[in-house]
Amino acid sequence: MARDSLADIDVAGIVNGMDHRRLGIYIVVTLFIAFFLAPLEAGILTAIKTDASIAQTVPFLPPGTDGATAENIGTAYGQLQSSIINSLVMAIPATLITIVLASMAAFGLTMVDWRGQVGILVLFLIGVFVPYQAVIIPVDKFWYQVFPLAQMLEPVARLKLVEPEHMLLVPLTITHIAYGIPIVTILFRGYYQSMPQSFVEAAKIDGKSLTSIYTDIVLPLSKPMFGVVFIYQFTQIYNEFLFSLTIIKYADSTAATMTLVLSGIGASISGIDYGLRMAAAFLAALPTLLLYIAFSEQFAKGLQTGGA
Amino acid sequence: MATHESTGESVAETVGWRTKLRYVLNGDLVRSLPFWGVPFVIMGIAVYGGIGYNIAISLTDTAGIGAVDWSSLDLEMYRQALAAPAVHRAALNTFVLLVAFTSISLVLGLFLAILLDRQFRFKEQVQMIYLLPMSLSFVVTAKLWVWMYNAESGVINVTLGLFGIGPIDFLGDPSYSLGAIVLALIWQFSGYTMIVYLAGLQSIPGSQFEAAQIDGASTVRIYLRVIIPQLKAASVSAAVVLMVFALKAFTFLYALTGGYTPPKGTDILATLMMREAFSNVQWAYGAAIATMLLIMALGVISPYLYYQYRQGSL
Repeated sequence: MARDSLADIDVAGIVNGMDHRRLGIYIVVTLFIAFFLAPLEAGILTAIKTDASIAQTVPFLPPGTDGATAENIGTAYGQLQSSIINSLVMAIPATLITIVLASMAAFGLTMVDWRGQVGILVLFLIGVFVPYQAVIIPVDKFWYQVFPLAQMLEPVARLKLVEPEHMLLVPLTITHIAYGIPIVTILFRGYYQSMPQSFVEAAKIDGKSLTSIYTDIVLPLSKPMFGVVFIYQFTQIYNEFLFSLTIIKYADSTAATMTLVLSGIGASISGIDYGLRMAAAFLAALPTLLLYIAFSEQFAKGLQTGGA
Repeated sequence: MATHESTGESVAETVGWRTKLRYVLNGDLVRSLPFWGVPFVIMGIAVYGGIGYNIAISLTDTAGIGAVDWSSLDLEMYRQALAAPAVHRAALNTFVLLVAFTSISLVLGLFLAILLDRQFRFKEQVQMIYLLPMSLSFVVTAKLWVWMYNAESGVINVTLGLFGIGPIDFLGDPSYSLGAIVLALIWQFSGYTMIVYLAGLQSIPGSQFEAAQIDGASTVRIYLRVIIPQLKAASVSAAVVLMVFALKAFTFLYALTGGYTPPKGTDILATLMMREAFSNVQWAYGAAIATMLLIMALGVISPYLYYQYRQGSL
């Protein structure tokens, strides 16, 4: 009690005219900030501590001057560097191709009215919610037995600088495109529905073809949505794990993606190296974290319409 | 639009089949096909071809390395799965995870949204912090929380130690492990439910709040009686997303241990299915469990789609 009233006086003195209720809100908001940042803060501090310092200091307090090190970050960088590149090489084209295909699909299913449209749309919507476990065995059988694309592409790899194993990124990219189309279509459809239909109606009366309506009217108007969708879908694909595990399979493969390598980092027979593990987690998260900090508004908008 | 079509049709009936064909070719279905056709086929093969293939495999007895063995087709794998104690345990854990995770995430998200909704000065900055975990991969989240829950020097045990509690091995002790996982997932997802509710709150005119205030209603009462009942659509769509996520939550549990066996007491159908198929190479058995997961997901989403259809928002 005594402590509470002391805090009251302090804060109320700084922020003039603040009532008790408002103060209560600020305290609760601050407690939740601590809740959401605690795992990140403890992780970052652990990443820059020496093993001795991790054992001796409290996880959420900074190390002393002799307990700080950049060694973990260096080691983690060495272990993750190529996998982060693999993830980017896979995720950027996968996102772009998905966006192009899905924006066209959404246009065809929104701007043009015909009976049966709802049926097609429901098929897309179910595709959004289907648990990937229900298709993951077929994904494995398809790319390894029915249509071993990576193996077929191996001769291509020999001509270039990449390793034959890198060809596994091709089926992985295609898989991400195929399963990304439903959600991205639904995202674009929501946006197209909110666009004023009068533009399209007027253009139709003018006798414009659907293609020119799409390229001359709809595309220029949906530029902001392309940003929202890119950020949403890139984050999803870059962070995704199940398809990488199924198609690339091994963390020591030269084609291994970020999530695949990160899942095994820092665990050894002698125990878990938390300093290295935390450093790796932050390096791996860096691309999406930076994207989030720069475009948090677009990120929120994508989630609001698309779901988690 | 509808009038255009019906007049066009009656014209087509009176004239010959050539005109009729030309009408169909110029119709909106055919004209729009080049736009949605290709993505629809790609998606259709991946999603529905995949589901069909999975069900077909589940009817075989395929196991081990090699091609799918189509020689005997029956429901044997489903019979085995329904009788297996491991499946019962996993189904129960899935159910507990689904209910606890969904309900707490919704309530917490609603609370945070209301907290930030009205006249909060740093709303955008705070919102950004609360939503931050959603930008992280489950693999990253799992690594962070293994460290948080560490029995000797993790944040939670150090904090509990200040009050003389513990240490507790949260992820190692089956009586705590599922709860610990629910908490970590809530940490990641409550920012998501918050922004869904914030969008819902923004669509409610402020005048309703003010009118109730003039009538002398307390803030708590206004939210309970006036505001929250209007957030039904937001609640339904967020709940569906969370429940479907709970059914397929595999990555987080895999990354906690770095293998197919999750912490003791936290095996759910999604992890059991992956372990049976990819670790024990019991493909047909894994496929049968995957089909059961699919049926559960459809059980969640079909009422939702019907609700959306009835609301006219499809």
